[in-house]
Amino acid sequence: MTPARASALAAPLRAAIGAAKVLTDPAQLRTYECDGLATVRVRPALVVLAEDRDDVVAAVRICAAAGVPFVARGSGTGLSGGAVPVADGVLVVLSRLRAIHAVDPGNARVTAGPGVINLSVTRAAAPHGQAYAPDPSSQQVCSLGGNIAENAGGAHCLKYGFTVNHVTGAEVVLPDGEVVRLGGIAPEHPGLDLLGAFVGSEGTLGIATEITVRTVQAPETVRTMLVGFHSVADAAGTVSDIIAEGILPAAVEMMDALAIQAAEAAVQCGYPEGAVAVLVVELDGPAVEVDEQFRQVERIAAARHAFETRIARDEDERALMWKGRKSAFAAVGRISPAYYVQDGVIPRTRLPEVLDEVARLADAAGIRVANVFHAGDGNLHPLILFDDAVEGAGHAAEQLGFAILDLCLANGGSITGEHGVGVEKKAKMADQFTPGDLDAMHRLRCAFDPAGLANPGKLFPTPRLCGERPGPHTAEAPRDPALGEVF
Amino acid sequence: MDPAASGARWPAAETVAPRSTAETADLLRGTTGTVVPVGAGTKTGWAAPPERCDLLLRTTALDRITEYAPGDLVVVAEAGVPLAALQKQLAEHSQMLALDPPEEGATLGGIVAANASGPRRLRYGTVRDLLIGVTAVLADGTVARSGGKVVKNVAGYDLGKLHTGAHGALGVVVSTTWRLHPRPPATATVTAPVHGSAHAADLAFRVARSTLTPTALELNWRRGPFDVTGELLALFESSPASVAGQAAACAGLLAGEESKAAVYEGDSAPSAHGTSHDPDRVAIGAALPAWFGQRPTGPMVLRLAYAPAALPHVLDALPPGAHGTASAAVGVGYAAVPPETDLAALRAALAPHDGSAVVLAAHPDLRAGLDHWGPPGDAFGLMTRVKDRFDPARRLSPGRLLGGL
Ligand SMILES: Cc1cc2nc3c(=O)[nH]c(=O)nc-3n(C[C@H](O)[C@H](O)[C@H](O)COP(=O)(O)OP(=O)(O)OC[C@H]3O[C@@H](n4cnc5c(N)ncnc54)[C@H](O)[C@@H]3O)c2cc1C
Repeated sequence: MTPARASALAAPLRAAIGAAKVLTDPAQLRTYECDGLATVRVRPALVVLAEDRDDVVAAVRICAAAGVPFVARGSGTGLSGGAVPVADGVLVVLSRLRAIHAVDPGNARVTAGPGVINLSVTRAAAPHGQAYAPDPSSQQVCSLGGNIAENAGGAHCLKYGFTVNHVTGAEVVLPDGEVVRLGGIAPEHPGLDLLGAFVGSEGTLGIATEITVRTVQAPETVRTMLVGFHSVADAAGTVSDIIAEGILPAAVEMMDALAIQAAEAAVQCGYPEGAVAVLVVELDGPAVEVDEQFRQVERIAAARHAFETRIARDEDERALMWKGRKSAFAAVGRISPAYYVQDGVIPRTRLPEVLDEVARLADAAGIRVANVFHAGDGNLHPLILFDDAVEGAGHAAEQLGFAILDLCLANGGSITGEHGVGVEKKAKMADQFTPGDLDAMHRLRCAFDPAGLANPGKLFPTPRLCGERPGPHTAEAPRDPALGEVF
Repeated sequence: MDPAASGARWPAAETVAPRSTAETADLLRGTTGTVVPVGAGTKTGWAAPPERCDLLLRTTALDRITEYAPGDLVVVAEAGVPLAALQKQLAEHSQMLALDPPEEGATLGGIVAANASGPRRLRYGTVRDLLIGVTAVLADGTVARSGGKVVKNVAGYDLGKLHTGAHGALGVVVSTTWRLHPRPPATATVTAPVHGSAHAADLAFRVARSTLTPTALELNWRRGPFDVTGELLALFESSPASVAGQAAACAGLLAGEESKAAVYEGDSAPSAHGTSHDPDRVAIGAALPAWFGQRPTGPMVLRLAYAPAALPHVLDALPPGAHGTASAAVGVGYAAVPPETDLAALRAALAPHDGSAVVLAAHPDLRAGLDHWGPPGDAFGLMTRVKDRFDPARRLSPGRLLGGL
């Protein structure tokens, strides 16, 4: 079959799901050209604003029958270009699937549409003393669907785990339009853990149309402290020491001088004057335990020459400490015409050396780098500042970002801790994984999407076809007969 | 232990024990017959028997702990390393792999392949939450690693999830990388008698929905002719001050406001049956009863999983004479059921609670025609396609998985 032009699908799509949900006007399409990685822009041929599962199924079936690629999009806050459209393809926007279907405190589950905003889940569970633990800094805008596609993390994932540890079920529209339920309410199900493999698959295995997550009981006590240091090495050393001593804080976040300066200018968070680095350390749990660990952390920090340790006395002070951290990305945008966020991971004991080396690389390139990151997990977020009016500056920033990723790999780390591979880092996958590793991943991709229509051109370093499904064993669930009748 | 010894009889034509990843890959590349990987063989009865086994591939010679970075709380160990041996080494640094399946001698690879877990899953989760990297040899000899050696990593698909619980059907797991936890210094237990399935759930959820942080909340239950009886145990593991405070608070919760006086303070040195001095009292102690974390035994043993709040319905659906344990707030239980139990009817009764019942052990007389897994569900077609891509010739553990995969 020769693939149809995506634009030819406008009429059948409108007929199937309603004209108002299908956008073709170039001015409207422009809104969807990029996600949070604004340097990569592609205008899609068509945008579908799905309102329910049936819209998604219809759109995917029409694409599948015509051999046209499609890309899922949640809130478009992704930072690796995962939701960048395909020019001759359909963008399926899921923001309107934003109903919370069930809040079930008895089972500690919330079931919701993929367009539901991350923070809404916690808000829905809060009256029952429960919370949805994964809390990306973008939690006020990013969607559950985007979260499961990227396996999003957040400050409190150090103790509570990432999205994958909190998703128990999903309804997924496969790339041929078949609808399957992976997992459910129960904590485990017989058979392969396809849900576990789906989480973090960056939209390449299908579209989630309903998601069930686990909620956790709110802790008895939460205490937050802000610790100021005169050197990055001391702050980094404190993080390594806390972890090595067997303390598992709810969060350990770090900001360096440039990030502090930006946050201060933007939100007046009142961080310790003269700090070259600060740590936000949060401990939660039973009060006795939190008190003990607090003293331990104070002792460790003091031994690493912390010059100021401030403890939030009330919810307002705590909120202010977090405001500095959570607004840091946006704040950096105010001290530089443009910046580029990198995301890499290193073993936590390597923090002091690696941050040193990042500074050296930045100096050598003559580029300013602000660091604000999930230190407890060893998850670096260098914000690389550049002036997009200067020719080649963006490219130089990108090169520095890749050099930092090489550094992460050389230290036994990873090229991404939470933002995903997307289009941005697909070439780097070949540096982290062998051809054999990638081949195994490709097999999974082919099992879900033999035609390669779901978010093609992402995640894998080189495009590959699936070929015929090999082997004699071809027992398969019966195909939905409706599939052939779309046209 | 041999496969035969654990109730699963599937004689192998030949047995091999490769000593490295490369040797394992050579074996798979150099042969064409069916291959069934096993570790110590403690859970060979957990899945359906293979249709054929030309080569029994023992991972027991893959027994090295290859990398241990205590400061990073990460360890890399080959598949044949026994969990107990690993724990011993980690304990020297006051660390642990927070997995506590009871099967004695079990290897890491076998624990991954069978997705075995124990009571502490309440706090720490299961294999899927702790395995951060895996290397497997695929059916055609391809060596494929996924994940990494850092606790946070989203590069590429997480194939560790696929190998977990796959019983070797997608590849031979040769190496595993784990996230570790500090070993808590102190322990306290609180036990309460249980009268009826509703009472069991009421007690368990009183604790689970409080701000207390038990590492386990285990129910030891027995289904009598009319109702369920047993004992609920809350385990606290943290600093001495924390476990003391939490145990006292927990005992208060379990005893209820009206009968605080019934709390028995002091070490309740458990008897052989694990009951404390006065079986009608809530008791605080430090030692774990003998039943804690053990699988029940009997002619047929099931693993049940269900919506957590359905605990009383699940217990009520089990036939009189059944007994076992349950991770009470998690939605997982282990049940020894009478041999005449109607599995299909039980599964139908669990279905409204998103429940399943998987056979873990069965007397050889019961194995013929036994449906180990139950109905395969609507994702079975997709599972089949995954199997086809990883193992097109169906040479790895054929027939062991759900739906005869
Ligand atoms: C200021 C800022 C701070 C951030 N902080 C964090 C952080 O702390 N931690 C973190 O992990 N991330 C963070 N991010 C990144 C981003 O918010 C997350 O990756 C988030 O999960 C993306 O959600 P989204 O709804 O915006 O998804 P999108 O950007 O719309 O899409 C992301 C990917 O998901 C796929 N997708 C979307 N919906 C579905 C679906 N229903 N089914 C299948 N695939 C789907 C898309 O195809 C794409 O590949 C931050 C971003 C910003 C801008």
